[in-house]
Amino acid sequence: MAKPIEVTDSTFQAQVIENPLPVVVDFWATWCPPCRMIAPFLEQIAGEYEGKAAVCKVDVDKNSALAQKYNVRSIPTLLFFKGGEVKDQAIGALPKDQIAARLAKLL
Amino acid sequence: MSDRIHDVVIIGAGAAGLTAGMYARRSNLDTVLLEKFVPGGQAAMTAFVENYPAFPDGVSGFELMDAMSRQAEKFGLETITAEVGCIEPHSGSPFRVCTSTAEMRTRSIIVCTGVRPRFLGVPGEKEFFGKGISTCATCDGAFYRDMEVAVIGGGDSALDEGLYLTRFASTVHIIHRRDRFRAIHALVRKAEENPKIRFHLDTVVTAVTGGGFVEGLALKNVRTGAESTLPVAGVFLYVGLIPNTEMFRDLLALSGDGFILTDSDLMTSVPGVFAAGDVRDTPLRQIVTAASDGALAAYSAGKYIENISAVIPLEGVAAEPLFAPPPVPPLSASEAESG
Repeated sequence: MAKPIEVTDSTFQAQVIENPLPVVVDFWATWCPPCRMIAPFLEQIAGEYEGKAAVCKVDVDKNSALAQKYNVRSIPTLLFFKGGEVKDQAIGALPKDQIAARLAKLL
Repeated sequence: MSDRIHDVVIIGAGAAGLTAGMYARRSNLDTVLLEKFVPGGQAAMTAFVENYPAFPDGVSGFELMDAMSRQAEKFGLETITAEVGCIEPHSGSPFRVCTSTAEMRTRSIIVCTGVRPRFLGVPGEKEFFGKGISTCATCDGAFYRDMEVAVIGGGDSALDEGLYLTRFASTVHIIHRRDRFRAIHALVRKAEENPKIRFHLDTVVTAVTGGGFVEGLALKNVRTGAESTLPVAGVFLYVGLIPNTEMFRDLLALSGDGFILTDSDLMTSVPGVFAAGDVRDTPLRQIVTAASDGALAAYSAGKYIENISAVIPLEGVAAEPLFAPPPVPPLSASEAESG
């Protein structure tokens, strides 16, 4: 079963920007409680959308360049990518069905 | 809708709901906990809890609530992820509770829906939410390393989180509309002694300004009327709490500010409906008081069910006679006198 992919400043281009599938990117950190709350949702979505969409995670502690580039100042922030562009974003923790619905719109 | 009639439906899985669930299950009550998001509640968002008993070194709010959740689960508490849509009041038969995913019937309800952060309602606040405005210092504090930030509010949360933010920010401006803090003395003194904290009392925020991100605040001194600006990169709001009671407005008696009124057994104005934790009209809102409320509400719900089972025969339940005195043998006159 597919799992969320940990991406970094150096792998973001290949995993997210050049990904032919829609991608939801979760900007998170270990010390952020709502990020930990939604982590299981992202894991489930990665499994359920295997082959249709990708789930990526960016640890903002280790990848501050990406957080800065995408103006992330609050976590969790979810960015929804398609064709290398941000199509949608959500700031703050969302229930699983809402995350999945936003991703499904990009399929 | 299934034929099953629960004893207790608990709404909300914060400290009150999880504790109520644990107590109800330990009393062998048929219990369901409804949570629209994930267990933990507001307490899980707190970076560091230093006043919950039995943790001499403090504990992270997330860890504490995770442990509370697992403990309730251990006693067989069933949790359903669903948002409550309606509650149909009692009329001699069990309550009907409908949710986004299911409908159920229950003999009693414990409302533990908690509170959510209040916003200021000033220009720029909505626009910059997540772009400098935050209600979670634990989540977003680290984005403000060596920058100046503001904390709005004068209660325990404002001072607690302000102190937490001094780990990252170069200066933490605490802005409070009154001339003194509501927070406990120990916190105020700790803040006064912290060289990174600056107080702005008698001061209100009139606008949040910036471009792509927050760049500053427009302030007004409520005593002198003087207006000023304060350049800050982040603004953390701790200006009070709004009870999550909108859906109970027509069902339960509420206080003027929307909290649920209860008696000393935590029963609301509707028999069989109890309230526990931050959502209740109570002078102290802490994790420990929420947990305590949860225990009492579960106990009271159990008592309530015992009583109604004795009075109202419920479907599928053999009614216990209300009052059945044991046969008393006739006493002789001498026995009656000596007894």
